[in-house]
Amino acid sequence: MTLWWIGNAVLLVVLVVVILLLTGVLNAAKGIVPSVRRIAGAAAAGSKDLDAVPMLLTTQDQVRQTVAGVAAYGGSLDVILDDAKEA
Amino acid sequence: MPAAGVATIALIVLIVLALVYYLLNTILQLRAINHGLDEVIQSVGEIVEKSAPVADVVHDINDNLDAAVSALEGLLVKKAGMEDAVGLVDGLYPGAAAEGLRDFPESREVTPPRIGEVYTRGTLTLARLGREAPVATASPAGPALRNPAYGSAAARDLYPGDRPGRSPVIGSDAPVQYEEREDIGQPRKRFRRA
Repeated sequence: MTLWWIGNAVLLVVLVVVILLLTGVLNAAKGIVPSVRRIAGAAAAGSKDLDAVPMLLTTQDQVRQTVAGVAAYGGSLDVILDDAKEA
Repeated sequence: MPAAGVATIALIVLIVLALVYYLLNTILQLRAINHGLDEVIQSVGEIVEKSAPVADVVHDINDNLDAAVSALEGLLVKKAGMEDAVGLVDGLYPGAAAEGLRDFPESREVTPPRIGEVYTRGTLTLARLGREAPVATASPAGPALRNPAYGSAAARDLYPGDRPGRSPVIGSDAPVQYEEREDIGQPRKRFRRA
């Protein structure tokens, strides 16, 4: 009988330890949820910020046209202006 | 059943109930985390997809701009000479002479002439228009005319009186004719030979 009560005491200790450990696990899991939600919000905002990326194609085309125009002007200037005299 | 047996059963039931309660809550939280990570992965996938062509496009833009810079620098040096080219660049972008021209490393050793410190582009434009240009009224002992931050205000300060309310009018129909000479339009003077 005494041994039985000792076993009950051990079970009581086990119950307390189990509750403590599972409380820690549950609190850790609850702490992750808000962080994941913030990360999801940041990723969605980052994705929305990149909506303007296709405009880069327009920029690319404009740059090509501008450089072509500059090259044409440069070629004309090269023809109509004298070169600098050597010192 | 002895009391010890009842206590044992009660403790075991309590342990099982605690396990069920905490594990169920943990499972719910892990499901919420899983759902949040799904949203994160979806957004990150969009980011990856949208940013994929950026590198190629930016490289192409940079290549084009590099070619333009090289061509313009070469043309500037060819037409103006190294010294004046550095002076012009330094005049437009004060301090740029220290970095020199990209394709001409030797330009870093050139002392830039004071082209940009004396005349602003607006002043030079006015100088071409005639005598009302502020260049003619500036004191040579005064400060440099160039003021990169307030170029137009500095140009207005050059007028000793009020700024003219009109632009200079040039040409044969102008109300004020510069270089007026009394002998213009008169018969040509002839000098008798001794």
